[in-house]
Amino acid sequence: MSPAELDYRTLRARLERGELRVREVVEACLDMVERRKELNAFISVQAEAALRQAEIVEQRLRKGNAGRLAGMVLGVKDNIAIAGGRTTCGSRMLANYVSPYSATVIERILAEDAILLGKTNMDEFAMGSSNETSYFGPTRHPKDPERVPGGSSGGSAAAVAACQCTAALGSDTGGSVRQPAALCGVVGLKPTYGRVSRYGLVAFASSLDQIGPLARTVYDASLLTEVICGYDPRDSTSVNLEPPAILQKLEKGVRGLRIGLPREYFASGLQEEVREAILSAARSLETLGAHVTEVSLPHTEYAIATYYILATAEASSNLARYDGARYGYRSPRCSTLEDMYFRSRSEGFGPEVKRRIMLGTYVLSAGYYEAYYRKAQKVRTLIRRDFLEAFEKCDVLLTPTSPTTAFRIGEKLGDPLTMYLSDVYTVSVNLAGLPAVSIPFGRDSRGLPIGAQIIGPTFAEALVMQVAAALEQEGRTN
Amino acid sequence: MPISIEEVDRIAQLAKLSFTEEEKWELAEQLAKIVEYVEKINELDLEHVPPTTHVIELTNVMREDEVRPGLSQEEALMNAPAKKLGFFSVPKVIG
Repeated sequence: MSPAELDYRTLRARLERGELRVREVVEACLDMVERRKELNAFISVQAEAALRQAEIVEQRLRKGNAGRLAGMVLGVKDNIAIAGGRTTCGSRMLANYVSPYSATVIERILAEDAILLGKTNMDEFAMGSSNETSYFGPTRHPKDPERVPGGSSGGSAAAVAACQCTAALGSDTGGSVRQPAALCGVVGLKPTYGRVSRYGLVAFASSLDQIGPLARTVYDASLLTEVICGYDPRDSTSVNLEPPAILQKLEKGVRGLRIGLPREYFASGLQEEVREAILSAARSLETLGAHVTEVSLPHTEYAIATYYILATAEASSNLARYDGARYGYRSPRCSTLEDMYFRSRSEGFGPEVKRRIMLGTYVLSAGYYEAYYRKAQKVRTLIRRDFLEAFEKCDVLLTPTSPTTAFRIGEKLGDPLTMYLSDVYTVSVNLAGLPAVSIPFGRDSRGLPIGAQIIGPTFAEALVMQVAAALEQEGRTN
Repeated sequence: MPISIEEVDRIAQLAKLSFTEEEKWELAEQLAKIVEYVEKINELDLEHVPPTTHVIELTNVMREDEVRPGLSQEEALMNAPAKKLGFFSVPKVIG
């Protein structure tokens, strides 16, 4: 087995025993990137820096003072800043943008001796569910190159699934960590809003954005979560709480826990094999001693509408900063300042980003603000209340992550609304600010992975991962 | 609800984006379809529902107004498409 294929716990044990060197792990990952270049999972790879870092971490391991992530080789979604490196956001607008500073999450993982391998491909400005809108070309699904890996953290999910890195960071605004994790068959967690600092994450929809880990095991995703969570005065929405203690809960099991199945998440439009897999997951949890009950989230059918009003409104405001003046793309053909704004933005942004800016501008414009934006904020309240009421009857919710397994490249690209509906099971969680994880559970008849989503109350990351660990164990033995 | 080409022009002007005629027709059609879909929320009685702007309890985050290190002039200008004498350089403002 290549060291690139090892989960971190195994990897760390081997590094500690001196059976493996950090350099070999990095080289094995670089080799995987090279061997499966056609996946287009990475936008940039910093091989030399990673190999240099490997030597430093090796020394620390030998001295016995290595951090919690020593030797973990990480891919980082290309909307998270690493000082001195490019942060493209999958866009022509930022194709040559070099970050003058690092995101807080990068400082935190480097302090624990992780190794940064490179920046992963993504839908442009994280707007998409398939990684097809990237300026750098689509990422391909590791199991079937004619299919999408999901999005917008599709590069991170594909890289982890193809063993090009041990784990990765993504960002989740409406499902962008969980949906690609489900489609690629890896674990992906969106922490509670406010858990992880957004400092150094390129803003898409600031009231929804949250950074999260992708990994091949629940343990690895939990470890990475413990490291990236924590208060940061540089993000005014950062919550002043201790990071969650997840690892100590992973083996607690699910006996006595109440698992809710929201009936609205099993309605029409759900692929039959996905439904069966999630119901079989519920039966497994029952066998392990959990109580499974049906619950209702009555405003689920309004979630996509609410999300696409709020997210595009926030995006149209956040993306106003790309004006061609201080950084980013500037059209070479501009004669006046006004001309520079129009041409730089129109040439620098791709079609989906422009469509969303247009929609967001529309819903915020005079005469429409009350009709759309204000109303959507109110529906957001109803969606949050649904969850609060459901959590009086159960401890966590179990749902599908995505209505289908990985779809074909091009299948939904021509119809924006159909693409938006891929997020039907994930957006409510962002609107309510809750933690949720997607873990692989079963496959469809083509062998494509199916993702099960576990949603918990605010700040209940440890509980969510505790249930995920039990399901992971079941998935392995079945 | 149909969206006219004039409406697309008006929004594009606000968003500082320009489109070809063909793109405008396509956008009008796509936006209309999406807007029609999101109007679903009008089915709900929202009169007495308070809006949510943020999901966590937020209060103003204050700090002492102290000088702290920031980006150097060189760092601030390192991504500038054009610069002159330590400033960002842009095309003339008055046409």
